[in-house]
Amino acid sequence: MIVMTKDTMEIVREQDVVPFRNRVREFGTRIGMSLVNQTKLITAASELVRNMLKYANGGKVILEIISNNAKTGVRLTFKDQGPGIADVAMAMRDGFSTGRSLGLGLPGAKRLVNEFDLKSNPGEGTTVTVIHWKNGR
Amino acid sequence: MERIPILKMGPFLLVTIQIDLYDRLALTLENDLINMVSQTGARGVLIDISTVSIVDSFMGRILGNIASMSRIMDAETVVVGMQPAVAITLVELGLTLQGVYTALNVEKGMELLNTKLGDNLELDDDEEEDQDDRND
Repeated sequence: MIVMTKDTMEIVREQDVVPFRNRVREFGTRIGMSLVNQTKLITAASELVRNMLKYANGGKVILEIISNNAKTGVRLTFKDQGPGIADVAMAMRDGFSTGRSLGLGLPGAKRLVNEFDLKSNPGEGTTVTVIHWKNGR
Repeated sequence: MERIPILKMGPFLLVTIQIDLYDRLALTLENDLINMVSQTGARGVLIDISTVSIVDSFMGRILGNIASMSRIMDAETVVVGMQPAVAITLVELGLTLQGVYTALNVEKGMELLNTKLGDNLELDDDEEEDQDDRND
């Protein structure tokens, strides 16, 4: 896996979300990702960044353009130092929320991207990594 | 504070979302719209999202809330102009916007609201008979 471009954004307030979404779009456009795939990736990113703000008071996101065996894609890594997720399996279920939301954020984001990885240590924080390939496969 | 303008046109309220929404802005819109429905006695709300490039679960929930709150206050809501990529994404996300009327564009949305209003008026009284002189 080769990293071709890398950028980091701090997300501390709700207003940071709009420039962040634009930056994700820019990365998608740069590799020629179709509009539908860009929209899926940005929507997933929007869900994950909201979780970070809501449950961990923010964090940082690493944006990368990666390449692997002739496939090019965008990788986003969301890192926070919040309370962590006590029950990851539960959190990945549709309709489950400890906040008062619809509970679609994590499972929905997972459905929208090609690769999804969540690591969480209670008391230390959560890291979510997603990859979406240029052609959505 | 940033706000999305709400226009009154006859018995309807019109909203065109032309900027990228963040959560607080969407919540303010929900609040403003419900207050406007109450103040003006509007019978319909039309929300144009043709320039909105993403709708995530939060914004989808706000659209659903606006529709249910308006309905309780005797106004119908129609969301118009959703981009195909947004529709594809919403369904995959798991959000089907149940209870929200949708139309392809503003014109069709207005038609839908007028029809709904017409249906309701027929039940009430037929005071406005020149209601259906629309040419399809």
